[in-house]
Amino acid sequence: MNRAVLIFGLLLAIALPLSLLAGRVWLWPDATPNAAIILAELRLPRALLAVIVGAGLGAAGATMQGYLRNPLADPGLFGIAPGAALGAVVALWFGYTASAWLLPLFALLGAGGAMALLAAIAGRTGGIALFTLAGLMVASLAGALTALAISMAPNAFAMSEIVLWLNGALTDRSWREVTLAAPLVGLGVLLLWRTGKPLDALTLGEPVARSLGVNTGALLWMLIAGIGLTVGASVAVAGIIGFVGLIVPHLVRPLTDSRPSQLIVPSALAGALLVLVADSAVRVLPFVTELRLGIALSLLGAPFFLWLLIRMRRGPA
Amino acid sequence: MMLAARNLSIGDRLHDVSLALEPGQITAICGPNGAGKSTLLEALAGLLPPEDGAVDLGDSNLATLHPRDRAQRIGYLPQTHEIAWDVPVRSLVELGRMPHGDTRAEPVDAAISALDLRPLENRRAQSLSGGETARVLLARVLAGEPAWILADEPLAALDIGHQLALLRHLRAAADDGAGVLLVLHDLAHAMNCADRVIVLNEGRLAADGEPQAALDVSTLQSVWNIDARWIGADGKRALIAL
Repeated sequence: MNRAVLIFGLLLAIALPLSLLAGRVWLWPDATPNAAIILAELRLPRALLAVIVGAGLGAAGATMQGYLRNPLADPGLFGIAPGAALGAVVALWFGYTASAWLLPLFALLGAGGAMALLAAIAGRTGGIALFTLAGLMVASLAGALTALAISMAPNAFAMSEIVLWLNGALTDRSWREVTLAAPLVGLGVLLLWRTGKPLDALTLGEPVARSLGVNTGALLWMLIAGIGLTVGASVAVAGIIGFVGLIVPHLVRPLTDSRPSQLIVPSALAGALLVLVADSAVRVLPFVTELRLGIALSLLGAPFFLWLLIRMRRGPA
Repeated sequence: MMLAARNLSIGDRLHDVSLALEPGQITAICGPNGAGKSTLLEALAGLLPPEDGAVDLGDSNLATLHPRDRAQRIGYLPQTHEIAWDVPVRSLVELGRMPHGDTRAEPVDAAISALDLRPLENRRAQSLSGGETARVLLARVLAGEPAWILADEPLAALDIGHQLALLRHLRAAADDGAGVLLVLHDLAHAMNCADRVIVLNEGRLAADGEPQAALDVSTLQSVWNIDARWIGADGKRALIAL
């Protein structure tokens, strides 16, 4: 176990119980009326969902950067999150939100569609450049279709629902979302964790990785499945929450020896911590309506990205 | 364990190349730009599937060998010195153990010592000079204890001191029984350091034999289109263009 796992694991263990108390109304188990119900039905599932979503996005980001050998890579760039969002938008467009399962189901279908498209275009050859281009194409296609859905929304209510949902949030989530996301993200993180060693070999370039016995085609499939599950499930239950996958590996890397395999588990823990803390913060901030988590993380993430670019101009990241 | 190509053809780049390489020797592949040297090396490393013909490693066809088994026997060193992340030197060398599924200290330490990397062991990749990086990447290959070492222009971008040092390390590996196959641009290095030279031209075998025979003036004329002659004693020859 490396140092980063210990540090982020410990911080998460401290932050999780604290986050249960934080909110517009601070919860004091002895003093607050109905504290047990609030805790069990609202705060705990929301905190766990933050942990699940964050862990999935963090692990996906670390793996993506390892695969593309690029510290600026983010799983959101590769079509799966926009694909999932498109699926959810279709559900909202048709008003399928009456059944609580339909929206996440549509989002998962969207993620699956994006994954299938990505695999069909890039999966056969296993080439990184083709994979990147295919991902960008899938992302822009899904983005365009989402924009089309918004512009042709059947009524103003559906339009506002869609726009609001696209700015991801964990507000009013319940155990239902937790039970939906947990197994999918868990399986996804497991798959991503298994890509660690091949990603280490990829540090020396694709030909060397292949000469070391890495099956780059199988690696790509595992990566698509792992990112599809983690990011798809995250978008299905929380909407678009960007930048976590980009930021988190950078927080983790200085605490490790920079090998991609050493980043995946700590990035899952750090992602969980970041989303948990950010979600607690948006609950506490004294705004009239709660700041959407997706917006808050983008406000944090975009300047971070710019800072990263400036730092990279001066030297290696 | 012999490494052999049987009537190997790949697209426009390689036409009907047959050769059998012996372990315990340094073999140099030479030829002008675009002659198919890197293609031949990649095919012999099992990284490029032949369109026609086959590559044999011992009694097995390389194409039917499990990638891990192939990787245990053939170490490949590409021309580029790409290291994407700032990882410690020892971790890089340990990557050579990947086909064996371990990070056994003994072969890793042996490779680090063989290339005089002890003082650099705990340094990070991005703090290394070009010569140091080349040594680390060769140590990565040696740590896998492969029967064959295939290197694509391993001397490119190195100064003469580092070139000679790297060749000494490769000679030591050949003396230990490994087969060493190098793509070399510098004909003097091929002449002085290789036991055998294979000359490719336009994807075909143009010459194959001991360096003096394979790189004689008529081959230099017909393949490289230069008038040149060799001067100096055996093992210390230099090429003079006329």
